[in-house]
Amino acid sequence: MVDVAWQHEDEASQDVAERARVLQKLKASDTFFRILTRSAAIFVLMMLGGVIISLISGSIPAFREFGFSFVSTQIWNPVTEKFGAVAPIYGTIVTSFLAMLIAVPFGLLIAMFLTELCPLWLRRPIGIAIELLAGIPSIIYGIWGLFVLAPFFADHVQPTLIAATRNIPVLSTLFAGPPYGIGIFTASIILAIMVLPFITSISRDVFDAVPPVLKEAAYGLGCSTWEVMRFVVLPYTRVGVIGGVMLGLGRALGETMAVTFVIGNAHKINASLLAPGTTIAATIANEFTEAVGDLYTSSLIALGLILFVITFIVLALARFLLMRIEGKVG
Amino acid sequence: MKFTKLLVAAGLAVASAVPAFANDISGAGSTFVYPILAKWADAYKKENGVGVNYQSIGSGGGIKQIQSRTVTFGASDMPLKPADLQKSGLVQFPVVSGGDVPVVNLEGIKPGELKLDGATLAKIFLGDIKTWDDPAIAKLNPTAKLPSQAIVVVHRSDGSGTTFIWTDYLAKVSSDWKSKVGAATAVEWPVGIGAKGNEGVANNVANTKGSIGYVEYAYAKQNKMTSVNMINKDGKVVSPSAAAFQAAAANADWANSDHYFVVITDQPGAESWPIAGSTFVLIPTQPNDVAATKEALKFFGWAFTPKGDAMAENLDYVPMPSSVVNGIKKVWANSIKDSGGQPLFAASN
Repeated sequence: MVDVAWQHEDEASQDVAERARVLQKLKASDTFFRILTRSAAIFVLMMLGGVIISLISGSIPAFREFGFSFVSTQIWNPVTEKFGAVAPIYGTIVTSFLAMLIAVPFGLLIAMFLTELCPLWLRRPIGIAIELLAGIPSIIYGIWGLFVLAPFFADHVQPTLIAATRNIPVLSTLFAGPPYGIGIFTASIILAIMVLPFITSISRDVFDAVPPVLKEAAYGLGCSTWEVMRFVVLPYTRVGVIGGVMLGLGRALGETMAVTFVIGNAHKINASLLAPGTTIAATIANEFTEAVGDLYTSSLIALGLILFVITFIVLALARFLLMRIEGKVG
Repeated sequence: MKFTKLLVAAGLAVASAVPAFANDISGAGSTFVYPILAKWADAYKKENGVGVNYQSIGSGGGIKQIQSRTVTFGASDMPLKPADLQKSGLVQFPVVSGGDVPVVNLEGIKPGELKLDGATLAKIFLGDIKTWDDPAIAKLNPTAKLPSQAIVVVHRSDGSGTTFIWTDYLAKVSSDWKSKVGAATAVEWPVGIGAKGNEGVANNVANTKGSIGYVEYAYAKQNKMTSVNMINKDGKVVSPSAAAFQAAAANADWANSDHYFVVITDQPGAESWPIAGSTFVLIPTQPNDVAATKEALKFFGWAFTPKGDAMAENLDYVPMPSSVVNGIKKVWANSIKDSGGQPLFAASN
């Protein structure tokens, strides 16, 4: 009897030891996993920090030479080494703004159609088409823009626009000048097409996540589809929609190759949207390989820093906007 | 233990493999010269077993890389100033020539039908001449039917040796251009739209009625573009052809040049095409990797033989005249030395 009791006790203690070992193992693997994920996250911070530091240190010569005039003049002369960034900054902001002006309503309408009104059999083809649009490399958009869109605009769209707006005060300046086919206007259209899939697919996903009971209740009260979308779905999903818009805007601000092909690459600010212009990313892509001399290279890096700052401001503004909305809704 | 041994063995294998690659030549720079360098390299490797690894990253990048000595040679479409060469301890020499051709898109105008001179071309690119029926153009082309269409200027948007040759020519023939714009791989264009690469300029010209642009000679020839004939320094009308580029290269005064700082635009001679230029190779006067530089000189010496010249002509480049090549070989023998002061190239090679 005593022997048996002893045995039991022995087994019990063995059991405890076993459990402790397993727990220890679990704890070790947990620690390992925590360290792994944390170092991955810290790595991102370090990368970002590295990029910022190298951008700043690279642009110091340009800022030291030109000071504030770098962001206040539009002269860009590699021969005399005088550089000012206003033209590319203007081009970047205007093309991105126009692209969003076109793509946001368009994208939201497509997403609304897909989630509420689209017959089931059409849903998948349209959805796949949008995802394919997002997967097309930007150089393809650029080549398509140069070979197909630009000549079409030059021959058909722009002459009509110029003729139609000739006598309207503000529009006649916006749509003035010879129809080159390439310029700020064409670049904005290309950008709009490029960011459309981002806005559409994210909006569609968040619209799909709206609890059906909310929509059904609204329909039950006699709301039209537009009213349901406007007063139920959009308010419910605004955070996600704004996120999609910001993602699109981020792409529009930094898009390089497609814009380079169709914007006309002129370092000048022109009141007409049909005139050639340039963007920060296009300038860097165009000129970096052949930039000779420290000041020229440094000015291009400084442009990169400015683009970085613009993107940061846009993201911060979006956050701020979201916080205000959240605050109001309570 | 086994693993360590394996590592050691692998290390030894790598170490012993290195000398086999050490003689390979590396270069970087001009994109213009890439097709012919690639062709030469391919043929040279088959013949001599020595490979040439050339990265066409642009002239600016090539200059930077050879200044930091990360490659055996650099290639630039723009010659370095003698003072810059001295500062960086480099020698330069031209390897092939080429040039630019003005191309237009004008209804009813066939290739070679239009004639322009340098002064008129500069005025067009300055925006002083705005329409095709301007008296200055009409005077040069009494028989052509010129429309009263606006001129659309198309230029390169990316920094390029093609732009350097173009602007260098305009600066030589027009004091206005020289003072207002100047000559470089990228300039502040007074008018026009910028397009990326030869293909970008070609397409914008093809798409835009009334446009004028400039592309590399080889590109214009291979794509049968509507080229414009030029009136050269001697007042003769020349059309862009291999012979006209050759004439410009041959008439340039290479022998009396300072470190080959010569851009062969606006050269004398009845046959000379006025908008021509050359690609220059840069090699350190006292290279770190003596063996590779020796091989590089051998390679370029081989490229200057009739066999290499024929390959260049096939690709619509203009090879250097033999008188110039002899001078270049003398420069090699006199200027490029190892740390002991021994020349890396014997002039008799």
